[in-house]
Amino acid sequence: MKLNFGRTLGISLTAAAALTLAACGSDDNTPAGASGSDTPSSAECGGKNSITAEGSTAQQNAIAEFNKVWGKLCPGKNLAYNPTGSGAGREQFIAGQVDLAGSDSPLKGDQVAQAAERCDGNPAWNLPLVFGPVALAYNLPGVDTLTVNADVLAGIFSGGITRWNDPALTALNPDADLPDLGITPIYRSDSSGTTDNFQKYLAAAAPQSWTKGDGSEFQGGAGEGAQKSAGVVQAVQSTEGAIGYVEKGFAEQAGVPFARIDSGAGPVELTDESASKAIDAATFAAEGNDLVLDLASLYATREPGAYPLVLATYEIVCSKGYDPQTAAAVKSFLTVAANEGQQNLSPAGYVPLPERFKERLLTSIDAIA
Amino acid sequence: MTDRLEVTIPNPSDSGSGEALAAPFPEPTPISTDPSRHAKERLGDRVFRGLAEGSGVVIVALIVAIGVFLLWRAIPALMRNEENFFLYRGNWVTTDTSAMHFGILDLLQVTVFVSVFALILAMPIALGIAIYLTQYAPRRVAGPLGYTVDLLAAVPSIIYGVWGLYVLAPVLKPIALWLNQNLGWLFLFKTGSASVAGGGTIFTAGIVLAVMILPIITAVTREVFAQTPRGQIEAALALGATRWEVVRTTVLPFGMSGYISGAMLGLGRALGETIALLIILRGTQRGFGWSLFDGGYTFASKIAATASEFNDQYKAGAYIAAGLVLFVLTFVVNALARAAVTRKGR
Repeated sequence: MKLNFGRTLGISLTAAAALTLAACGSDDNTPAGASGSDTPSSAECGGKNSITAEGSTAQQNAIAEFNKVWGKLCPGKNLAYNPTGSGAGREQFIAGQVDLAGSDSPLKGDQVAQAAERCDGNPAWNLPLVFGPVALAYNLPGVDTLTVNADVLAGIFSGGITRWNDPALTALNPDADLPDLGITPIYRSDSSGTTDNFQKYLAAAAPQSWTKGDGSEFQGGAGEGAQKSAGVVQAVQSTEGAIGYVEKGFAEQAGVPFARIDSGAGPVELTDESASKAIDAATFAAEGNDLVLDLASLYATREPGAYPLVLATYEIVCSKGYDPQTAAAVKSFLTVAANEGQQNLSPAGYVPLPERFKERLLTSIDAIA
Repeated sequence: MTDRLEVTIPNPSDSGSGEALAAPFPEPTPISTDPSRHAKERLGDRVFRGLAEGSGVVIVALIVAIGVFLLWRAIPALMRNEENFFLYRGNWVTTDTSAMHFGILDLLQVTVFVSVFALILAMPIALGIAIYLTQYAPRRVAGPLGYTVDLLAAVPSIIYGVWGLYVLAPVLKPIALWLNQNLGWLFLFKTGSASVAGGGTIFTAGIVLAVMILPIITAVTREVFAQTPRGQIEAALALGATRWEVVRTTVLPFGMSGYISGAMLGLGRALGETIALLIILRGTQRGFGWSLFDGGYTFASKIAATASEFNDQYKAGAYIAAGLVLFVLTFVVNALARAAVTRKGR
């Protein structure tokens, strides 16, 4: 096939122009003029310039926010976070491929010893840094506020309660006009820390009604599964009479109403304050700097004004055993995340750390060497 | 009258000075064309033969290696299974990896059901498109129309999944509701484990899957139909056959084996489709009931749903065991298709 000279020239000029224009863009996404800040930072900006982390998708947006703030306060620093899932994150941390892991559940069983090996014989700590409340999104036209409690939720998600005008529900909602409509519970069909924590909540807060156990796959026995949080929101929106558990950020963005939870002291709406109250009421499973939460204390809390259904996600770090550059960088990142990073978490659907809890966390972060 | 002549047959060994031998003269050794004989080959032939054999061996070795890997990871997990792997149909419980509960009965049924449903929808349409493009369409139209059908294969499967759930399902809702309400007495249309109005059913998934496998079946069938011998077509026309009779008597018998093998290729694609079914099919807690309005998991979507939470090798092994069954199933389906095609003859 003979291309004449003119056509060849035209095509090659176009290709060169296109490639040049593409190269004009840049990978650097920090906004112009962001380096440097007038407020003094709470952390030292020592250590290496780039650290790696991997794990939970639930923390993804929070970590991105922390990274942005860290980059502003300590110019040139960056955390590369790979949201491949909690299981993969823990495995990569144990293999020494990443500096810290984001996980929806703390290290358990064999992994504790393996992580200690990775940290040169020192224990690995689970630091709960990001809390995301789980909202119960529902689709009931004409019902503006809905109140549920753990027993009713356990009944709904295990198939015991099948219609919205069930006596248990009307007792909790005397003002609302609940229709005679079938309930369609929506759960996460993929493996998820949200499902794990929701089932743990039901087992802690309603042990007589929820006997199905927990785990990252839904075991309830009733309902329809949708893929990922976006799928759950879509399923709730498109099915009348549906109720599903999903992270608060997703429900807010889609404009889906969510229910109030009554843990024995009256209906509590999901707000930053009510979630913070529940976090403050949580106790730790052990003394010392490994801050694994005793989830029963969080989920079964009867504190008035506390919204108990909060997902705690951990950062898994080595207490000692990092080389000095990495240790300084990890400490710097975590300190900034716990302080300045908390300011913009709320619009992203997370709960800023309450003060008392933050003090405890900062003590542990300071002890990293 | 012949005189009495003595006719003797000369003895060759009497002639000349002794034995008569065919004098040997140098000849080059003939190059054997029988590939099984290790006759002396030229270097070029040897290299080419080695490359061709090597390619074949690499493919077979790769398949065997995949099979061995699947077996090796699946067996330790199968040994920790508390249930019968082939008959258990409930929820997979793999949190405690020393005593797991998993089984594939429902997965197998859903996979086969949705793939066969998609095949039943796609096969007649593909046949129609292929006949139209090769026999009826004017030349100017056949080219672009063929490209458009092939373009369906270029759409990523995640786009199909998202389109199926968010766009197609609401459009199909009235049809699905009508079928469920009026034909609900038939097991195919009875209310299943996923809500009919929600759209996350095998009905929606099967239609989307049919659209995905249509270009594969059409492409193969079109190629085969285009090879129909012109002589036969012209002979049929000369005998006074109408267009349709020409197709029925010459094109279809000639191309039937190619059509079937194209359909089997499409079936193989449908059996392994992951992302589109992961997005569309709603998970269920009830067993599969052979209804088009059920949800559920296929092998591939079950593995994909849990892949990010493989904590340890035993949990991963349980899902790899499901993958192994899919591997064997696809193998068996392809082998049966090959056998059917070769037995039909050409």
